[in-house]
Order: sequence, then structure tokens, then C-alpha cells
Amino acid sequence: MTIFEQYAALLRADTPVALATVIEGPGVGAKLLVQPDVDAAGTLGHPELDRVVTRDALAELEAARSGVRSYGPEGQITPEDLLDQPTVRIFIESHAPPPQMWIFGAVDFTAALARVAKVLGYRVTVCDAREVFATRRRFPMADEVKVTWPGPVFEEIGAELGPRDAVCILTHDPKFDVPAVLGALATRVGYIGVMGSRRTHARRMERLAEVGVTDPADIERLMSPVGLDIGARTPEETAVSICAEIIATHTGRTVPSLRDSTGDIHA
Amino acid sequence: MKELLDDIGRWRSAGERIAVARVVDIEGSGPREPGAAMAVTESGEVAGSVSGGCVEGAVVGQALTILAGEAQAGITTFGYSDDEAFAVGLTCGGTIHLFIEELDW
Repeated sequence: MTIFEQYAALLRADTPVALATVIEGPGVGAKLLVQPDVDAAGTLGHPELDRVVTRDALAELEAARSGVRSYGPEGQITPEDLLDQPTVRIFIESHAPPPQMWIFGAVDFTAALARVAKVLGYRVTVCDAREVFATRRRFPMADEVKVTWPGPVFEEIGAELGPRDAVCILTHDPKFDVPAVLGALATRVGYIGVMGSRRTHARRMERLAEVGVTDPADIERLMSPVGLDIGARTPEETAVSICAEIIATHTGRTVPSLRDSTGDIHA
Repeated sequence: MKELLDDIGRWRSAGERIAVARVVDIEGSGPREPGAAMAVTESGEVAGSVSGGCVEGAVVGQALTILAGEAQAGITTFGYSDDEAFAVGLTCGGTIHLFIEELDW
């Protein structure tokens, strides 16, 4: 099968795939077809360039983003390595539904988190049971604002959540937090963050234990308190710490999360 | 590209040569995002679009030139900064970069 035939088959099947094409520089027209967990097909002209572009294409695919990137002919990416080298410009075309972020709780932090998540390419939905707070006017950056309890949301969309998606529970209110955590744990969602002070967190874990959340594998999935331990103070800084934690969860990097430390959450 | 597959499949099985134009970058406002694509056959049939209809005519011309072997695959830019803007500019005022190549891969 040619690259195009493989690409066409994957597109028809709605399988996530990225096609990298050299659009300028040596080897114009060369192609590399990239899929998660499958060896790339084709070549851009150098094994190291193929390796670097595969890595970048998978990240672009995860964010469902298409665009142009520049490299050296042997995959160089730092400016010093690119001196006196022809630039290879590569168009990465991604085909993937955007990852979803579901934010429970229409609080101050919600708007900042929705904004940062949009920058990263998420389709963002804000949910709160309180009609006065869950309004389009307060969250114009969200793709959708729903007045609802968590239970019905997970009944409706639980099955479609996957490893690329995120659930962030920002309510601080056990009435809402507990059903949201239970709903999220029943899905395959890749990230579950739950906001709160260390005291709120301790009380919430007691409540969750009372309703049967005792399996260490479940507890391991909860990023609570939510975010990296970077001393975030404002809603915006907190949003960055949450989104950075999501990235680290996907890449498998070890970074200091708040749930693994004991000190003050805010600097 | 997905929306072009039926037409492309039909043309390929009929032995037609095809050029594909894809939006790779936009500056300012652009009607279509990177990845938008159109396909043009040697006989002048067209599927898909890369703008709101502003530059498609010129894209067909460039695609036919490439299929005729009179130009290489490469980037074609339409927009304000381009002299061609007066002829086939984008009404939105943005700049659009297209990569046009023969579909021989």
C-alpha cells in the first residue's frame, strides 16, 4: 500500500493519524505517516529527522493540532545546531478529535483553567448544578456550559472519555466532589484532578472511603490536591500547574505534584 | 483531506493524475484552518476548498501547472503582502500559505 492508501484507510476508519510532509528545503514532498503505538511509515530523508518528527507529530496529534515546524536535515532542533544548515520545513497534519476537559464547579479557578486548556487544544465543558454560576457569560471561553449534577454527565459521556481526556473537579464541595470523583473513576479518563486545601483533601478522602473508594489503584488515579507543587497563587498560575500536571501524566515524567508533598500549597 | 477521499478514489481508479493543495499556515484571519485541502485533476475537475472561494481559481491554475511539469511542488502564498492579492486576494485580509503537489505518493 502506498502512503496515501494507508492514510486514506486510517482517515476513513477515524483512527488518529498524523501525516508529516516536507514542504520546503531538501526533499520537498517526502512523507512520514505517524500513529500512536505503531511504527511510522515512509521517511523524511534521515532516520534522526524521522525520529524527532515522529515524537513531535504524536504530541501534535494528542492536541489535535496541525501546523508547520522547522528542523535541520538530520533532525536538529536547537538554533546553534541549525547554523549553516538548510532548514527543512515540515507540515504536520493531525487527524484526531480534540481531547476533552470536563471541569466540575463554576468557580473562580474555572475560567482560568478553561482558558489555559483551550490554548492546549482541549474541548472544554464547564458543569455546575447551580444555575446562577454555570452561565455562558461567565465562561465565554468554554465550548459548552452545562447546568447539571455530575451523575447524569458521566452516564451520558462516561463511555467516550479516554486516556487523552481530563476531568478536573474544582468545587471543594463534598456534595458535588464525591459523585464527580465516583463518576470519573468509572471511566477510562487519563487524568482526574480534584482541587482543595490539604484539609479539604483529607476530609474528602474520608468521605470517598465511606462510599467505597478504597482500592489503591483508584486512589492512585486521583491527583488531589490538584496541580504541581510550583507555589501557584493566582487562578491563572493554578491553571498552569494543573495543565502542566496533565502533560506530565501523559508523558510519564516524574515531577513534584502537590499530592506527593506536604507543605503549603501556595507560595 | 477526508472529505476528498471519495473523489480522489474515483479519479485514481480512472487513471487520472491529481494534484492536492493543502493549507499549511495562515496569518491573520483565514477562512480555513491548516489541513483544509482541495484536489484538482489533470482534466480540471475539482473537489474541496482551501478558502471561502477567494483563491480556488488561482489554485487550480497552479495545480495544473505542476501536473504539466512546468512547476515544482511547493508553497504558494496568497494574501495582502502578495502582489497577487490584487488579483486573487483574500477578502478577509489574511494571508494563506498552501502546499501544492502531485498526489503520486
